[in-house]
Amino acid sequence: MSGTQSHNPLVTSAAKVEASPLAHAFHQFARSRLALFGLALLLLIVCAAIFAPWLTPQNPYDLMQLDILDGMLPPGEASMSQGFIFRLGSDEQGRDIYSAILYGLRISLIVGVISALTAAIVGSVLGLLAAYVGGRTESTIMRLVDLQLSFPTILVALMILATLGKGITNVVLALVIVEWATFARAARGTALVETRREYVEAADCMGLPMRSILFRHLLPNCIPPLIVIVTVQIAKAISLEATLSFLGVGVPVTEPSLGLLIANGYQFMFAGKYWLSVFPGIALLATIASINLVGDRLRDVFNPRGA
Amino acid sequence: MLVSLLRRLIQATFVLVAMTVIVFLGVNVIGNPVDILISPQADQAERTRLIAEFGLDQPVWIQYFEFVKGALQGDLGTSYVFNEPALKIILQHLPATLELAVAATLMSVAIGIPLGLYAGLRPKSLPTRIIMAGSILGFSLPTFWVGMLLILCFAVYLGWFPSSGRGDTVTVFGIPWSFLTLDGLQHMLLPAFNLALFKTSLILRLTRAGVQEVMPQDYIRLARAKGLSNRRIVAVHVLKNVLIPVVTVVGLEFGSIIAFSVVTEKIFAWPGMGKLIIDSINVLDRPVMVAYLMIIVVLFILINLVVDVLYTILDPRIRLNAGRGR
Repeated sequence: MSGTQSHNPLVTSAAKVEASPLAHAFHQFARSRLALFGLALLLLIVCAAIFAPWLTPQNPYDLMQLDILDGMLPPGEASMSQGFIFRLGSDEQGRDIYSAILYGLRISLIVGVISALTAAIVGSVLGLLAAYVGGRTESTIMRLVDLQLSFPTILVALMILATLGKGITNVVLALVIVEWATFARAARGTALVETRREYVEAADCMGLPMRSILFRHLLPNCIPPLIVIVTVQIAKAISLEATLSFLGVGVPVTEPSLGLLIANGYQFMFAGKYWLSVFPGIALLATIASINLVGDRLRDVFNPRGA
Repeated sequence: MLVSLLRRLIQATFVLVAMTVIVFLGVNVIGNPVDILISPQADQAERTRLIAEFGLDQPVWIQYFEFVKGALQGDLGTSYVFNEPALKIILQHLPATLELAVAATLMSVAIGIPLGLYAGLRPKSLPTRIIMAGSILGFSLPTFWVGMLLILCFAVYLGWFPSSGRGDTVTVFGIPWSFLTLDGLQHMLLPAFNLALFKTSLILRLTRAGVQEVMPQDYIRLARAKGLSNRRIVAVHVLKNVLIPVVTVVGLEFGSIIAFSVVTEKIFAWPGMGKLIIDSINVLDRPVMVAYLMIIVVLFILINLVVDVLYTILDPRIRLNAGRGR
């Protein structure tokens, strides 16, 4: 950055933020068409997942609705017994791939969002605590963070799930354990800067309890960078969950996520039956990519100099 | 320099000890290996004898000390499944994984740095936009799905490349290698590309960010004022400064490439450590799991150490004891 203040985008944007922060942030956000496209896609995906029962011709988990005669139909074939068309084909049990994708999307999104949010809460509280208290608390927490981050996520998650066994709760737990450190580090970084500000000093002097300083004063000022990380981590969690399910240690077969749907189709792929795994894969890709597009733009909006 | 290196070594030892405890306890919570090891027909006496033979009747902490004692002598237990030393089995599978990881790293550097340089030098051009959008795709594409698509396209439909295995190998120093034969290289190309995809995007973005940070600096302006050619400025002044974070990341990510090879190896049936660990988890072969994790931990600590040392060589401004300040 050059020394001249007039060209500093931080100053001009800060002035506008005071007028109407949300509107301004959105305006900034919308300047990238790619990001807007990502946001629209994301909204579409979320709506599709929420309203899945009304958008699909069958409930893919209800065995009564499945007809084995409809098995392995390529995309576009009509059902033998029921009055609908398998738009994206069917699997070996006669399950409509399109319906399975929307229901699988629900599992993937729920697992991703819950684990990322939990990790965000746990991680930021520990990070704030480390920054504010300092001393031994800080070094203990940060050692743990370093230890956690020095091991690849997939390995840690794999081991946790190998220990605990399959299941949605276990997957969420594994993802939280894998992700909290990222938040702790980011929260500490931001909070370290903030704790030196006057308002924290003032709160200290007024003798406010630590809880109130941490959560009512420090936390709100550390939120923007954390929002960006939450977005990115949701995408990461969804991707990791899909990978774990693909490896056979993730969600149980009774509640297939997108990753498990892809894994189920894997064995049929060599016979050229592409639709079983390609379409769930596209859904997964669209979900992760749209979240990443939004997160990428949010980073630019909240942090013009780039992280 | 020596003192700080020593300090890092001591730190590394602490991490290693902590990890042995975590890994050992974690893995020992899993299931009951007795059920897998001993056939249900065996009578009670036979069961007791076998349990004693595997040391499973001891309390966990005694098992742990036995394990550490063995580990220090290079004995990480005997695989329940293969009935061979776990370390030996892991080491037999290590070259295949290393080979794949090195190939993937080279590929990601060879693609990532030039594209990143271009994107950084011409931030507004159309190719740059395509490159950057592509890198988001590279981040977003789940490795296992890309692997499947690669198999579907190039192995099932086009038939250009084989879909599984290592192909022909040549034995050098008693270890079989794939990269020395044409057939082996053909087998390696798809899995290596699959593994490299994510890292390529990472290196690309890092290089681009580095270029954008370096270009407005005074010494670049000075170099221009001196009348240096554009090529020299980019190749010497820009690239050298950009490479510092890139080298760190390539080094640190090498471990994660090895870890993520679990996925790629499973898809392409590449007979490396990753496939071994998945198979071991499925049958609860605890010694192999522990040995694998121990090898990975040692590998990671070594990688971190090497990266730190390389860092100081590349950038004399950083001293080891000052920490990396990530």
